[in-house]
Amino acid sequence: MSVLVHVTNLTKYFSIRKGIFGKEVGQVKAVDGLTFDIRKGETLGLVGESGCGKSTTGRLILRLLEPTAGRVEFEGKDVFKATPGEMRALRKDMQIIFQDPYASLNPRMSVGDIIAEPIKLYKLASGPEIQKRVEHLLSCVGLASYHARRYPHEFSGGQRQRVGIARALALNPKLIVCDEPVSALDVSIQSQVLNLLKDLQQEFGLTYLFIAHGLNVVKHVSDRIGVMYLGKMVELAGDDELYNNPLHPYTKALLSAVPIPDPRAKKQRIILTGDVPSPVNPPRGCRFHTRCFCSQDICKHHEPVFKRVKPGHWVACHLVEEENKK
Amino acid sequence: MTQTLLQVKDLKTHFFLEDGVVPAVDGVSFHLNRGETLAVVGESGSGKSITATSIMRLIPNPPGRIVGGEILFNGEDLLKKTEKEMRAIRGNRISMIFQEPMTSLNPVFRVGHQIAESLMVHQGLNKQEALEKSIEMLRLTGIPSPEKRAHDFPHQMSGGMRQRVMIAMALCCRPELLIADEPTTALDVTIQAQILDLMLELKEQLGTAIIMITHDLAVVAEVADRAVVMYCGKLVEEAPVLELFDNPLHPYTRGLLKSIPHINDNQERLYMIEGMVPALTNLPPGCSFAPRCPEARPRCHVERPSLKEVSPGRRVSCWLHEGGVR
Repeated sequence: MSVLVHVTNLTKYFSIRKGIFGKEVGQVKAVDGLTFDIRKGETLGLVGESGCGKSTTGRLILRLLEPTAGRVEFEGKDVFKATPGEMRALRKDMQIIFQDPYASLNPRMSVGDIIAEPIKLYKLASGPEIQKRVEHLLSCVGLASYHARRYPHEFSGGQRQRVGIARALALNPKLIVCDEPVSALDVSIQSQVLNLLKDLQQEFGLTYLFIAHGLNVVKHVSDRIGVMYLGKMVELAGDDELYNNPLHPYTKALLSAVPIPDPRAKKQRIILTGDVPSPVNPPRGCRFHTRCFCSQDICKHHEPVFKRVKPGHWVACHLVEEENKK
Repeated sequence: MTQTLLQVKDLKTHFFLEDGVVPAVDGVSFHLNRGETLAVVGESGSGKSITATSIMRLIPNPPGRIVGGEILFNGEDLLKKTEKEMRAIRGNRISMIFQEPMTSLNPVFRVGHQIAESLMVHQGLNKQEALEKSIEMLRLTGIPSPEKRAHDFPHQMSGGMRQRVMIAMALCCRPELLIADEPTTALDVTIQAQILDLMLELKEQLGTAIIMITHDLAVVAEVADRAVVMYCGKLVEEAPVLELFDNPLHPYTRGLLKSIPHINDNQERLYMIEGMVPALTNLPPGCSFAPRCPEARPRCHVERPSLKEVSPGRRVSCWLHEGGVR
C-alpha cells in the first residue's frame, strides 16, 4: 500500500502566558516528536487518555494548528510549507468530523445549506446541480432529501453526526480525520454510525485517521492502531497484533482496563496507580515511568526511542529493547 | 430486619411542559436487597436518571412531579415524608454520586470542609472531629496524603480525584443505599477501572447497597448482581446479570448486547438497532420498541405488553414471551 500521509517528528508546544505583557511562563507539550505514516485506504486508530495529544495530532495534520516543529507530507507535498492558495486546494482532500455534532453545525443554516456550502466554495457544481449533489450526499449517509430543508436543532444526535459526515464527504476528500465521532452517541446509534463510516470507506476509497478513547471502538474500525501517552506515541501496530501481543506496559494496562461486556470474563486487571502527569512538566526519562509497574532505573533517566521491533510493530520502551537483545 | 431494602412500586414521574406531558418514568417497579448491586441500564432519555432522582425526591417541581406509586425504603414510603424528614435521610441513609464530579462539588469550599459538612449535620460531630473523620474517609478512598489534600479546592484535583472525593462524601455517614448516576462516564478507562474497583471494595467493607445507573453494558457486567433495562420510561427486562448476558429475552436487550463492538471479536459489521428512540410526548400506542423491533408482530403495534414474570427473578415486557420463555 502506498503512503498517503507521512508524519515526521511532529511537535506542538502551547505557550502558557501570564501577566499583562504576556510573558511566557511555561509550555504545554501537547505533541512531542511523532513519526508515523497513514497508508492509502486504511484506517489508522489513535487511542490514549484525555490530554495525551491525540486531537492535537489530528488538527496538526489538517494544519488547523501550526506546529512547533516537524513535517507532514500529504501525497508528497509538505503541508506546512504550502502557500494559502495551495492550502486551499489541499483542504479539499482533507476533511474532519468532530465529536460534538451539536456544536459543529451552524444552527442558523439549514442542513441543505450546510452541505452545499463547501460545494459552492469550491465551485464543484452550479445551479440545480448543487441541489442534486446535496440530495445524493444525504442519501449516502442514510438521510432523506426532505431533511435538506430542516435545521440542525430538529435532528437527533445520531442524525446530526450523519449531517457532519455528509458535509465532510461533499468535496470527495481522500483523508477524513474522525475526532471521537461516536463518543457522544448512545450505544444503538453508535453502531449505526460506525457501520456507516465503514460502508462509506469502501464506497469512496477513503482513508481515516480515527481518534477515540474507547478501545473497543478503535479496535473495531482500525487496521492499525497507535497508542499515545503524554504527547508521545508509545506503540504502533496492526490491530490484531496490538491486542494479542501488546509490548508496552501502558498498552497492556490500557487493554486490561477496558471493561468487557461479559460477566464471566476472566479479569486480570493491571490497575495503574495515580493520574496522568501534567504535560506542562512531563517526567524525565520515559514519560510513563511514574505509573509503570515494571519501571527500572534506566527508565528514570533515559528516554526510550520509538523503534521497530518486528515488521509493522513499533514500540518505545527500554524493557522491550533489552528483551530483544537477549 | 427484612432482606428487601428498597421497593419501588409503579413509580410515575411526569414532566408538565408547554408541549404536553412527558411521561419520563411511567410505571416502574423493582426492588433492591441489602448489600446488593443493581444496575439500571438504558440509553439517554430512557428515564434511568429520573428514576434515581425520584428516589431521592429531587425532581425539580415545576415542571416535574411524581404523580403515582410508592417508594418503600425499609418499609417506609419516601413519597409520604415531609421535606424535613427527607433532609435527614438524604446524604445520611441514602446518598448519591453524580456523573460530573466537576459540577457537583462546591468550587469555593475546601474538599475536607465539604465532606465534614454532612458529618456535622447528620452525626452531630463538632468541626474538629468531622474534619478528622473526613480525612479518614479520603484515606479510605485511596487519595495519597489525605491530610494535605483535605485542604485543596476542587479545581486543584483531577477528575478521578474529584470522583474519589464525591465517593468519600457519599459514604461518610455509612448510608444503607448509594445511588451512583453514571459515576465513571466522564473518566478515562484506566481511572474508570480504579473507581469501579474502589466502589466494589467499599461496598464489601461497609455493606452498602448500590444502584448503578449506566448506559454501558460492560460496566454492568463488571459490577452488578442484577440488572433492569429501561426503554422510554418503562422497564422492559429484569434479570440476574449472568442470565441477562447469557440469555437476554427482550429484543431491545438483545440488540443492545449485539451492537457493542467486542474487543476480542473480529466481526466485520456491527449489529444495528434500526431507527431512533421515539419522542416521549409521542409514543406509539403499542409497545414503545415495536417500530424498531425486528421481531414485532401486528399485536405489538396496537397493544402495550406488561412486565410479567417468566421465571423466578426474571421479568420481561414483551408479547413474544407471553407464554413463558420461548
